[in-house]
Amino acid sequence: MKPITRIHSRTAVLADENIDTDRIIPARFLTTTERAGLGKLCFHDWRYQPDGSDNPAFPLNKPEAKGCSILVAGRNFGCGSSREHAPWALLDYGIKAVICSEIADIFRNNALKNGLLAIVISDAEHNWLLSHPGLELTIDVRGQFIALADGGHVPFKLEAFARHCLLNGVDQLGYLLQHADAITTYEQQLEHAA
Amino acid sequence: MSAKTLFEKVWDAHVVAPETADTPAILYIDLHLVHEVTSPQAFTELRERGLKLRRPDRILATLDHSTPTLPAAANGERPYANDEAKAQVAQLEANCREFGVELHGWDSNDRGIVHVIGPELGATQPGMTIVCGDSHTSTHGAFGALAFGIGTTEVGHVMATQCLLQRKPKTLAIYVDGHLPKGVGAKDLILHIIGEIGVDGGTGYVIEYRGDAIEALSMDERMTVCNMSIEAGARAGLIAPDDTTFNWLKGRPRAPQGEAWETAVAKWRALRTDAGAAYDREVRIDASKVKPTVTYGTHPGMAIAMDKPVPAARSAQETRALAYMHSEPGKPMQGMPVDVVFVGSCTNSRLSDLREAANILRGHRVASGVRMLVVPGSEAVRRDAEREGLHQVFTEAGAEWRVPGCSMCIAMNGDLAQPGQLVVSTSNRNFEGRQGKGARTVLASPATAAASALAGVIADPREYLTEAAA
Repeated sequence: MKPITRIHSRTAVLADENIDTDRIIPARFLTTTERAGLGKLCFHDWRYQPDGSDNPAFPLNKPEAKGCSILVAGRNFGCGSSREHAPWALLDYGIKAVICSEIADIFRNNALKNGLLAIVISDAEHNWLLSHPGLELTIDVRGQFIALADGGHVPFKLEAFARHCLLNGVDQLGYLLQHADAITTYEQQLEHAA
Repeated sequence: MSAKTLFEKVWDAHVVAPETADTPAILYIDLHLVHEVTSPQAFTELRERGLKLRRPDRILATLDHSTPTLPAAANGERPYANDEAKAQVAQLEANCREFGVELHGWDSNDRGIVHVIGPELGATQPGMTIVCGDSHTSTHGAFGALAFGIGTTEVGHVMATQCLLQRKPKTLAIYVDGHLPKGVGAKDLILHIIGEIGVDGGTGYVIEYRGDAIEALSMDERMTVCNMSIEAGARAGLIAPDDTTFNWLKGRPRAPQGEAWETAVAKWRALRTDAGAAYDREVRIDASKVKPTVTYGTHPGMAIAMDKPVPAARSAQETRALAYMHSEPGKPMQGMPVDVVFVGSCTNSRLSDLREAANILRGHRVASGVRMLVVPGSEAVRRDAEREGLHQVFTEAGAEWRVPGCSMCIAMNGDLAQPGQLVVSTSNRNFEGRQGKGARTVLASPATAAASALAGVIADPREYLTEAAA
């Protein structure tokens, strides 16, 4: 994974609460055996009309949302299934960060492991961002704050290890493999106890 | 030694390296369940990095999500929804051969939904840590295991190291006091609970279900309850193991046998929350107040007793959800016309679920215009059901009796509802489009599903139970 220190973009807003992973990528597309190329399926049934053309009512189809890589979403984004296809699809679609007042557990884990920033902020600040789409923001991973163009700062907390991995491009599997001896010791204790 | 909750006992026993301010705990995983949808990219990563499975003996794979539920043709050809689904299944078969994983595939007598076969085989045991690239892994918590869903990257972590990096979650005790009324079951209870605490009421927590009403549940019912923990956002849901658990597990193929069984049970009996142990949060539910419960919106937290009026929308999203479902504020869900009825999924596809539906259907016909699909959770469930003649009850009632799989719960195998159709479903998610683009899902118990199939509208199963018992 490439290190990520900051992300700068205008915001796009999907204000709905409880946007589940089936809405992010419908289950019928999960027959793939690849990670790549899922962006065209992201928000599929919301984003396209039945004839395959863009749905003008889908907020991310609006001209002002084009090119935005920071998504401000309604509370409890990513609820539902554990499919990692959801963050894969969002990243391939061009989303690099999701800001929310609450993000579902498994989705947040999956997102951070793929370098998709999953940022939780307070209700009041979240509500303000929801009602102001198109803001220019910089997300500073090292400093753990969102910088607004008017000089305002919104703090957030990332789990310390996830932040370390983002900043340094740490391969978490590599980190786990370094603990092979401790795992072997644990397994020997298990066998012994059995 | 300080008093511990059940969760803490299981967690502490699996810590390879404790968490620090800078690093999560390294948690050992006893059992890794694998299916075709969330594993291919993990196998690819292992192959690319030249890694092997650390403990192939701790992995169990099956085919369930992309698999057709219609039988193979005479030439052995299976009616896959598309070539990609077929290729995905072939990929898991090839991966299991290459990496030496035990696969309960098409030729196995034990194939089935991953969360049905783990317990059936006795692979799921009290005190274990169990993961799967599937959010409904919480099902296995019914045995007092710490079981939760993970993404594909983590599937790769467990394959290569048998461990996961985890921060310790908070604990939530849900006490269910009293007794469930007659004709009200585990599905009604868990829908009621999620309706009470909300679709994100469990986020950040591991739930322990406790109390008289929980202890009175059978294992099948406990699995139904724990299965839907994730629908409240919880990482996992557990129930302390007891004689109900031990009696259910005894003699199963992977359960300890003989002397080892006695030793195991003695150890498992300690898997209870100590007196004085503290939870981060506690909720109390009165079982006697639970009625046949259904969902009326597009997430499982929008659940209500079927005879109660649907509440007014409190947000733009709820307005949209009610419009999508054609649910009318002020009117109960009971009586809403039904197009499709689905009995199946890791929530409600076990033998007792099928019996519950069959008891209502026996000797009757599904209402005209209603399509009913009954999909057993595993080959073992299918065999047992057919031995009892349940398949005949279903087919004579006009329902379709299928071969095991996830089927219309996730609708990625070709079993799906048409746009606008209303499905009364014993599955776990009523998200927009979950059972087919534009399909409207009402979650319900197997009894409610069967009663609704007969009535052609959402119906209270208690009215049919009296008749069946008479």
